[in-house]
Amino acid sequence: MLRLPRLDYLRPRSVGEATELAAKHPGAMFIAGGTDLVPNLKRRQFNATTLISLNALPDGRLVEGDIHHGVTIGARVTLDELARHEMLGSPFRALAQACGSVSTPQVRYMGTLGGNLLVDPRCNYYNQTYSWRKAVGFCLKKDGDICLVARSSPRCWAVSSSDSAPAALALNAEVTLQGVEGTRRMAAAALYRDDGIDYTSKRPDEVITTIHLPAVEGRMTSAYWKLRRRPAFDFPILGVAVAITWDGGAVREARAALGAVASHPVDITSFLAPLEGARPTEDLIAEVAEAADKPSRPLDNTDLSHYWRKRMTKVYIERALRDACGLEPLGGRLTAQVRAGAG
Amino acid sequence: MPIADRVAVRLRVNGEEVAVMVPPYKTLLEVLREDLGLTGTKHGCELGECSTCGVLVDGRPYLSCLAMPLDLEGREITTVEGMADGSEPDPLQVAFAELGAAQCGYCTPAMLLTARALLDHDPHPTRDAIKEALSGVLCRCTGYLKIFEAVELAASRGRRHG
Repeated sequence: MLRLPRLDYLRPRSVGEATELAAKHPGAMFIAGGTDLVPNLKRRQFNATTLISLNALPDGRLVEGDIHHGVTIGARVTLDELARHEMLGSPFRALAQACGSVSTPQVRYMGTLGGNLLVDPRCNYYNQTYSWRKAVGFCLKKDGDICLVARSSPRCWAVSSSDSAPAALALNAEVTLQGVEGTRRMAAAALYRDDGIDYTSKRPDEVITTIHLPAVEGRMTSAYWKLRRRPAFDFPILGVAVAITWDGGAVREARAALGAVASHPVDITSFLAPLEGARPTEDLIAEVAEAADKPSRPLDNTDLSHYWRKRMTKVYIERALRDACGLEPLGGRLTAQVRAGAG
Repeated sequence: MPIADRVAVRLRVNGEEVAVMVPPYKTLLEVLREDLGLTGTKHGCELGECSTCGVLVDGRPYLSCLAMPLDLEGREITTVEGMADGSEPDPLQVAFAELGAAQCGYCTPAMLLTARALLDHDPHPTRDAIKEALSGVLCRCTGYLKIFEAVELAASRGRRHG
């Protein structure tokens, strides 16, 4: 049996109590769905001796508002609920698709949006059992002092592996954090740092309480495309989220973000500027996608070859843009990997 | 403050209230198998990747290898031992047996429970809905077709026969 380490399990009844407990127990970690934390703890990727469960909190399970006023999502709403939530229709579809593409149905019943936003960045040399890591030689991220992917690198290159994070960026979402020093609200992009170890600006005592999707003016469409080896299981090895607001048949604003190509979700909105004010034809989309993969620099530390993942970036940007623009999907085997939400 | 060796956990398993004294860091899988003797729930990868440890919590498939018992107090937990009604097996169990939908049998408890959850929410699922619902459960023998057929047979017969 792969067992958890000895630890205390605390169940606060309010967010305030949870943050105070976290401040009082250095090294404590929060647990909600546990689908990322528990396996990582079993593999001794963390040293936590205290888990603070967020599952006894009375709130954080609601989706409120509408597209005209903005939608507020409690951080503990499950991925399964969001994958099929009526509020996440056309404009916010990318988030529903992203949540519906996380792992398996079982994991989606347990896992939460807050947890998925903060999935611990992954790496082939890190997400392994303690004995595996010991045999190979520990890495910079845990127990070691060099990065096994880039040996001369002073930093960790673990990969941001959240599906919801690029969707949150593309949809211009904000998150509210509550900690012992108070509450703050920030753009979803500001939640992340470009480092495989120090990957979030969330402080250890802070809890994500809500995710806000801004009000939609006029018509908006969005899409999330995900690449992985096994469509029923795997973490993304590439994610593309796009959101487009429209003025009639022309693009008013186009936003997009990439997942799983760096240690943080990468905003590629600036590369979509040629779309703005234009009617998105197939040729224009292909041209934009050709250039928009520039920030994608995958390394050889997740599934499948990094050369191929780099080559697939522009393909998936093109497919996601076509999807959000209502154009016919391009043919090919990988098209089948994208479903609109979960069954 | 020292870590508690054992804490009292009250669970509702297969319709029965049970109270156990267990370390707070034991997963539901460990408590079911080691403290409650319910070894029908299997341990596979123990990392949430294979779903063979699947149980139902309030009628939804959950991975017992990742679930923390203290968070499940007050919830209704169903394991494969709770599927039969007395001596009457669940229609899914009958269909699995009739069609040979088990090879090594290791994934069978989770397949049965996951299929039960599906049929309770969608009594006449399409083949695609069955595939999607069971997609998390790895059959190590790759015998998926017979499993899909058995779920369809059970669905065609309804909730309970007799």
